[in-house]
Amino acid sequence: MTGFVPTVLQDAINWAQKYSLFTYPFATACCAMEFMATMGGRYDIARFGAEFPRFSPRQADLLIVIGTITERQAPVLRRVYDQMIDPKWVMAFGVCASTGGFYQNYTVTPGADQVIPVDVYVPGCPPRPEQVLDGLMVLQRRIQDHRGHAQREIGPTATVTLQDRRHLPLIPDGTSMGLDPAERMPRDGRVR
Amino acid sequence: MAQRVLDRLQALRPEAIVESGSHVGDEIVVVHREHLLAALATLRDDPELTFEMLTDLTVVDYYRQTPRFEVVYQLYSLTHRHRVRVKVRIDEAQEECWVPTATALWKAANWAEREAWDLYGVRFVGHPDLRRILMYEEFVGHPLRKDYPQNGRQPLVRRPDAPTTDDQTTRLLEASHDRRTSG
Repeated sequence: MTGFVPTVLQDAINWAQKYSLFTYPFATACCAMEFMATMGGRYDIARFGAEFPRFSPRQADLLIVIGTITERQAPVLRRVYDQMIDPKWVMAFGVCASTGGFYQNYTVTPGADQVIPVDVYVPGCPPRPEQVLDGLMVLQRRIQDHRGHAQREIGPTATVTLQDRRHLPLIPDGTSMGLDPAERMPRDGRVR
Repeated sequence: MAQRVLDRLQALRPEAIVESGSHVGDEIVVVHREHLLAALATLRDDPELTFEMLTDLTVVDYYRQTPRFEVVYQLYSLTHRHRVRVKVRIDEAQEECWVPTATALWKAANWAEREAWDLYGVRFVGHPDLRRILMYEEFVGHPLRKDYPQNGRQPLVRRPDAPTTDDQTTRLLEASHDRRTSG
């Protein structure tokens, strides 16, 4: 009986979360056009409760990595991910975000999953809006099953506490978002 | 028409020219490095030439040839609507791999020279702010040189549990970290 109520509550919370994904589009390249099509009236991502793009990562729970991630930009992506509050999910939109795509060179990161954990990969160059919606539905199933990366990391979210339950390993070169404000901004003021 | 620019330059600065010619209607002149600035200034200021605009500045790497690099200036005259391509050949060795900066002649040369330095490692002596422009400061080497490793990536961050790739990340990452901590 002790386990039953939290489980049902957790299922309800997961259900609520999967239909109210607030997206943060980390749009860096041409895939963003297709993201706009997905947002637009014809394909209408709003049918899945994800119509409201937040342009602050602090208010979002779905990070959509749209487009090529370069090595120079990877710390920024990591920082944006660290700024999102738990529970959070990541979709890699298009082949560049998934694997680096056709870029195989000194400057492109071979996939956003080199930097942050990714829940759903949507292939395509760019992917059709239908593929994106399919990926979103896959993500919704994962959220309902409590199988997202962040969810597995922090455990049950049914009981709300103020304690920070994330245990993401910090990257030791100072680019991770630590809790200490001095660590958030490098001393020379240069954000990488 | 075809040789007008070259003839004029030949008349004004004969000592600067190594060789010249034209290819599919483009006039090309190879100049000595020590006479480069004088030749460029002549091209800009002579009333019959008047190349006000530096369209582009690039480098070509002829790997395993000597001299190895060729710095290429694409000039355009808005007044006379003609073009010329100026080339300088320079050697590979560290102390020889430089050309004088053209920033005093064309402001457009500033970022173009930074890019050429960033990607090819050609120093532009006298440049006001010769920093990398495309790659990040921690980057080691000059990636468009032909001897840069084909899959040489130098990541700034990686997840500790990131999926492995088949590139040479690890070796270069160590080198880059060494450089970062020591410098």
